Amino acid sequence: MWRRSASFILDKRNDTGARPDFVSLSPPQTTASTMADTLQNPNAKVSAYYQTRAAHHGVVTSDWLAQAQAAVGKYSPESDVRSSSSAAADPGSGKPFSVIDEFNNWRKQPDLAEAVAAIRALAAVIRSSEATTMMELEIELKKASDSLKSWDTTSISLTAGCDLFMRYVTRTSALEYEDFNSAKSRLIERAEKFGEISYKARRIIAMLSQDFIFDGCTILVHGFSRVVLEVLKTAAQNKKLFRVLCTEGRPDRTGLRLSNELAKLDVPVKLLIDSAVAYSMDEIDMVFVGADGVVESGGIINMMGTYQIALVAHSMNKPVYVAAESYKFARLYPLDQKDMAPALRPIDFGVPIPSKVEVETSARDYTPPQYLTLLFTDLGVLTPSVVSDELIQLYL
Amino acid sequence: MEPRRPSRAVIDPKVRQVGFITPNAPPQQPVRTQSYPPESNSPPLSESPASNSLSPVMIPPPRHLSDNLTAYRTPAVPVPESSRRRAEPAAVACSYDPSESLFGTSSPAPSPLASSRLVVDGEFSEESWFKKSDSAKFASSFPGGGFDLTTVKNVGVAAAVAAKKPAAVSGNEKSKASGAESKNELPSGSGSKTSKVKMTKSERRSLQESQRAAKAGGNKSAGASSSRAAKQPQQKKDAAPAPPSVAASEKKGTDRPPEKERKKDVPAPRMQFDDKSRVEKAKKRAVVNQTEVRNRVELFRHLPQYEHGTQLPDLESKFFRNDPMHRAVYKVGLQYLAGDITGGNARCIAMLQAFSEAIRDYTTPAEKTLTRDLTAKIGSYVSFLIECRPLSISMGNAIRFLKNRIAKLPLTLSESEAKTSLCLDIDRFINEKIILADRVIVRHASTKIRDGDVLLTYGSSCVVEMLLSHALELGKKFHVVIVDSRPKLEGQSLLRRLVANGLNCTYTHLNAVSYIMHEVTRVFLGASSILSNGTVYSRVGTAAVAMVANAFSVPVLICCEAYKFHERVQLDSICFNELGDPQAVAKVSGRGDVNYLGSLGNKDNLQLLNLMYDATPSEYISMIVTDYGMIPPTSVPVIVREYCRDQLWI
Repeated sequence: MWRRSASFILDKRNDTGARPDFVSLSPPQTTASTMADTLQNPNAKVSAYYQTRAAHHGVVTSDWLAQAQAAVGKYSPESDVRSSSSAAADPGSGKPFSVIDEFNNWRKQPDLAEAVAAIRALAAVIRSSEATTMMELEIELKKASDSLKSWDTTSISLTAGCDLFMRYVTRTSALEYEDFNSAKSRLIERAEKFGEISYKARRIIAMLSQDFIFDGCTILVHGFSRVVLEVLKTAAQNKKLFRVLCTEGRPDRTGLRLSNELAKLDVPVKLLIDSAVAYSMDEIDMVFVGADGVVESGGIINMMGTYQIALVAHSMNKPVYVAAESYKFARLYPLDQKDMAPALRPIDFGVPIPSKVEVETSARDYTPPQYLTLLFTDLGVLTPSVVSDELIQLYL
Repeated sequence: MEPRRPSRAVIDPKVRQVGFITPNAPPQQPVRTQSYPPESNSPPLSESPASNSLSPVMIPPPRHLSDNLTAYRTPAVPVPESSRRRAEPAAVACSYDPSESLFGTSSPAPSPLASSRLVVDGEFSEESWFKKSDSAKFASSFPGGGFDLTTVKNVGVAAAVAAKKPAAVSGNEKSKASGAESKNELPSGSGSKTSKVKMTKSERRSLQESQRAAKAGGNKSAGASSSRAAKQPQQKKDAAPAPPSVAASEKKGTDRPPEKERKKDVPAPRMQFDDKSRVEKAKKRAVVNQTEVRNRVELFRHLPQYEHGTQLPDLESKFFRNDPMHRAVYKVGLQYLAGDITGGNARCIAMLQAFSEAIRDYTTPAEKTLTRDLTAKIGSYVSFLIECRPLSISMGNAIRFLKNRIAKLPLTLSESEAKTSLCLDIDRFINEKIILADRVIVRHASTKIRDGDVLLTYGSSCVVEMLLSHALELGKKFHVVIVDSRPKLEGQSLLRRLVANGLNCTYTHLNAVSYIMHEVTRVFLGASSILSNGTVYSRVGTAAVAMVANAFSVPVLICCEAYKFHERVQLDSICFNELGDPQAVAKVSGRGDVNYLGSLGNKDNLQLLNLMYDATPSEYISMIVTDYGMIPPTSVPVIVREYCRDQLWI
């Protein structure tokens, strides 16, 4: 699915554009001559993070398809462009092993979060390392994590996952072992453990949040979050009776996909357009959202629209719950909406937009902590202010 | 006890009583609100009904916990309902077991000793300061109007209960000794018996003390107040052998042991300057004899306020005398007094360097150990510096660090080694906690400045200045708005330096802050200290700027080094603050014609208030930039817990 997806091709187009700079720095100018020209700001840089997400979700709009076809038309179907180009871009390209390849391999699993894929890839780096000293290994690991991070600078969880991995794995007494091999095996062990923890995070969160879903409640969800889906799935399996209102989740209509999944579970679902949130807020008992990243203030960065939903919920005194794995905790501190690295995403409006009209293509917004009630993480159910405590303890 | 309960209802028209009243005198309404007891008071006799009714078995209305405290506390903020409720069960149980002090429930001080100090002391150590303010708040939180004073009975009960365990016990003891008590006392006798078993040394001492005092009181009951009583008008003016005085004399007793202890470990004793007896005592010790300002503002009587600039020439002449004070410390003290060194970091560095110099010149006297003698020495330096100008919280932290270092010196170290190690520690503290920390803060904070920003700052903070120049060096394009206020006009010097650097600046006064705020994109402020509830304690006016910024949804960033964090919690800017020269508010320098208040100089009904600091609540603050990174104000206690523990710092 992933290979066939339109967004994958889009992604590839991007990759070939200017690989050494990686995604965020390479405006796909050369390809923008087709539909993209009419549909989006010619300078649009597309967030690789959202492309991956879209690829996993596989909801392809007609416009995306059209774009993809256009892109395919431009480029000969070099099926292996990505891996070869990324390998070339990898600082350690002289070696047979490449983190990016490894990462992409893991990433293909649709249920595996990007950060977990990165963690697995980094663990593989340790395993296949030929370093003979601890220092060498550490440097190698650092390089690998840096190249992973720069592979997609728009993904908060990827960056945070890499940082946390480095912290968790290298901050251990193992580094003081005299014997390098035993130290290395200890590191691998820790890395595997961390990967395991991260992989299980979603289950833990689903278990933790069950207490908050009561029979007869109505839940508003926004976007497609795998954690939230897991939570709702578990609740449904536990025979809880609840109703879900799904926002449509423009522009990539992730809400449609979520409602699809929920319908399969026989959960009553109602779809809303994004602008109907305030209208239906009075019948809602709680808002459930995922997060792209949890920042130091305790606020979250999430799909566009989360902030306004949180604002509406706050003004109507409805609790806003965030489900986020701890590897999404990032050392970022946005002060306002514009104080973030932009992650852009094309938007289709169904009709051609005159080129004079500017389009806001930012894909996510920042929700300040005062509008959030609780965060469900694999570390436990936290208030927003605890996030900073956890981060301080992790990083300082 | 059950049958007694109704009696509580009888008592219930409660006495909200301030000062020590004469038992038969009708309640005086105005007394309640005064912070001083009425000047004239006929000393009641010990046979007064007040003492007769002194029965510990009687269930005292819990509210009376506060009563005798209010005698010498200025009114403070109301206390949350919960603390009152917490106090209730203990009061009702009324078991005279010294181990469970009534105040233990209202204040975190578990030991009767500590809590008795709490009741009595005017001069508070840094630690006990919290407890005190806590109980003071507690004390004054009860609306006076709610209860009227009727039965004198209450007085006795209130006094006994309020003066806390040992107080009550000793009260009973004493009354027995003087033989003035009626048979009502019997239950109390049994009560004191149980307590006797567990009496600690200090309590025993306090008991003796109170007995002695009671005897003395009996002799002088004619109203000839002892010289001591005259000196301590607040506690003893109405010196009477009646229960209140028992409580008072008891206080005198418990006073001593804690004071001794305090001398050892207290970096910054915090005087309550409305406590005249303490002030008198302090004055005797003082090197700097400052004259106090006459008309002080009601709410701020507990803060020191002196006539400015009167003592400087005198002190300067003393400079070359052979003095116990080290030259360097003396010099720094004078600089504080004259206002030559201002700003939290500058003051702290100057103080530490003076200490470092003093340590270098220090030799341990014969038959003394360096650890103890040097600590005492530093303590005396510190109290001298406090006389010159009240310490800032950051300086208190630095002193605690230094004392901790001295205390932790290995005994095996020779004197010169110990001195070198201490000097190195001081240098490290200055370097790591102040200078390097500033650099880290500047680096972090500059990431939050974008091209095209309009930054607002208030007053003059050296970190913010460094930040602005650093951002300029990075080639960022931004505009700076400097908001300033009278009387210090510190912003002008900052403005001068920034303009010389080629920055684009706007200068305005605090009055215009709401006008200018809508153009501003970021507010950068410095801080004198950050308290663990996230409250920022900073130059007066900061709170107003932060509040306006919050109203305009402009993010407020506080730049503050972590050594200025303190575990105290403060909700207002009243209980701990500093008063500046009140004349500075009245006069406009350089404008002789603007002198409308000149003729009113010494009017009794004119009180000038020149506050130096204020407390900004944490909800107005978006971010605190510190040497540990950028944190939300809710994380201050985490930093305090993780890094400032035990004043280890390094």
